[in-house]
Amino acid sequence: MLSDSDRIFTNLYGLGDRSLSGAKKRGQWDNTKALLALGRDKIIEEVKASGLRGRGGAGFSTGMKWSFMPKEIDPQRPHYLVINADESEPGTCKDREIMRNDPHTLVEGAMIASYAMGAHACYIYVRGEFIAEREALQAAVDEAYAANLIGKNNTHGYPFDLYVHHGAGAYICGEETALIESLEGKKGMPRLKPPFPANVGLYGCPTTVNNVESIAVVPTILRRGAAWFAGIGRPNNAGTKLFCISGHVNTPCNIEEAMSISFRELIDAHCGGVRGGWDNLLAVIPGGSSVRCLPAHEIIDCPMDFDSLSKLGSGLGTAAVIVMDKSTDIIRAIARLSYFYKHESCGQCTPCREGTGWMWRVMQRMVEGRAQKKEIDMLFDVSKQIEGHTICALGDAAAWPVQGLITHFRDVIEQRIDQYTANPHSDPVRVAAE
Amino acid sequence: MSVRRLAENQPDSFDFTPENKAWLDKQIAKYPDGRQASAVVPALWQAQKQNNYWLPQKAIEKVAEILGMPKIRVLEVATFYTMFNLEPVGKYYIQLCGTTPCMLCGSDDLIKVLERRVGPQRKVTADGLFSWLEVECLGACCNAPMVQINDDFFEDLTPQNFEKLLDDLAAGRTVKIGSQTGRVSSEPAGKLTSLTSLYGAK
Repeated sequence: MLSDSDRIFTNLYGLGDRSLSGAKKRGQWDNTKALLALGRDKIIEEVKASGLRGRGGAGFSTGMKWSFMPKEIDPQRPHYLVINADESEPGTCKDREIMRNDPHTLVEGAMIASYAMGAHACYIYVRGEFIAEREALQAAVDEAYAANLIGKNNTHGYPFDLYVHHGAGAYICGEETALIESLEGKKGMPRLKPPFPANVGLYGCPTTVNNVESIAVVPTILRRGAAWFAGIGRPNNAGTKLFCISGHVNTPCNIEEAMSISFRELIDAHCGGVRGGWDNLLAVIPGGSSVRCLPAHEIIDCPMDFDSLSKLGSGLGTAAVIVMDKSTDIIRAIARLSYFYKHESCGQCTPCREGTGWMWRVMQRMVEGRAQKKEIDMLFDVSKQIEGHTICALGDAAAWPVQGLITHFRDVIEQRIDQYTANPHSDPVRVAAE
Repeated sequence: MSVRRLAENQPDSFDFTPENKAWLDKQIAKYPDGRQASAVVPALWQAQKQNNYWLPQKAIEKVAEILGMPKIRVLEVATFYTMFNLEPVGKYYIQLCGTTPCMLCGSDDLIKVLERRVGPQRKVTADGLFSWLEVECLGACCNAPMVQINDDFFEDLTPQNFEKLLDDLAAGRTVKIGSQTGRVSSEPAGKLTSLTSLYGAK
């Protein structure tokens, strides 16, 4: 279990002073100038060496991503850092706590990361519904400006402007190119890549988009050294991580823990165990709605990290752990996610626009059992035709929960169909059009 | 995707109040010259707030005029983003999160409360006080189930404390924003399991 001295977010729950002076007492903004004095290359090297993998879900090396930005800065095309605070993945509520309770970790991280990439301006894109969080973050930014920690002529000698921007309720804007489109004042429809944002991003300029947590951990990594961060967790899965545990546990919570902690320890230590005891565990969605669910016996002693979970065909994603006990109607739980993806599809690519609705309609019938068993394979097959055939990963994200359900709980679906057909109904059992 | 259309009955005109116009000018200044379109979402949001939480056609046209954008571009944005209400809503506009984490924790029971007290979705009560809508994940899953009423989150709901919350709002009493069971934010209920060296075990 992680000790408090290794925790980065020491005001995660807002129990301490949220203001700048409180943040300074907790060690933020402590000689930031010396961190910048490391120089662009050294900062990127350190972040790479720390093994920090992006906290927004994909788990790509943050240092590596930063190194894709052009080394020379064309004055006609300024560099931008854009921070993705469009936290909308079902199950995920970690960035919210950073923004409202520990915002200076993010503001300082934004300054350092922008410096490392040669950006003089940074936009933080906050999801529209997070109104209180946006105001708390804006207050922290205002404090940092007033104390001259950021701004045109700040005490760190690197001109830097930080702006808080917001969306208006579109999950798709969490996809980096959709976020850029939205920030430019358009519908949030993802762009084809290449060109990648590091070359053609916001306003056509080189841009890096990072998750809130990825940026907020950077100042502490630089202060304590890459080796400290890399020493937590298993190789290639380094550092501390915010886990958001929701669903059927006794005390759902956000918690900063060591990467690779086992599922059992995570739940026992912080969530008071599974509701009704471990024998009552049915399934877990370990990384936000977009990853495949896992049955109890596979997840119980699995280390919670990128590689272990992907080996099981699931993923760490945003580390939003949705726990389901045996009272759960697992088909309905996944069908509700299918509705979510149908609702949030931007409509740009046909496989996703049509496929998410199709999958939801079939899933709805499977909840009742009003389906035919051959449709289970058909559903799996259609989900495979959506996956990988769209501009962005929303199509994949819609397909995976359904695939996870069929892989692990096919017997439950079949039982439900048997139950339905065993009883008389006036409405004949329909078959989905192929 | 969802189909979203403008309301049938529209006001004849819309203009920003001087305060809101000044606020909007400050927003536009956040973006580089010539990139004022970036302010379209904040502009529409402020227009909606000014107009009792819904967005009329004239406001969409006004924003287009101020930002120098074709009207159709702003209309596209207004219909794409689901937080823009294109029809009138109640004085207390309740967005109920019904996505899986909240569903697992009992949002179905809250839906029953709303159906009984407020009626069907999108319909404003006769006194104009309430309307409700089931929305997708609002990002407070550790405090599920929850609703957003106008700007504020109300978390850790049960049918009982939710009824009381609605009673208090209807009677104009002050209500507590956030957790309705006394949690500060998303810490484990009861006692802390981390950061105890800083804040004690509570």
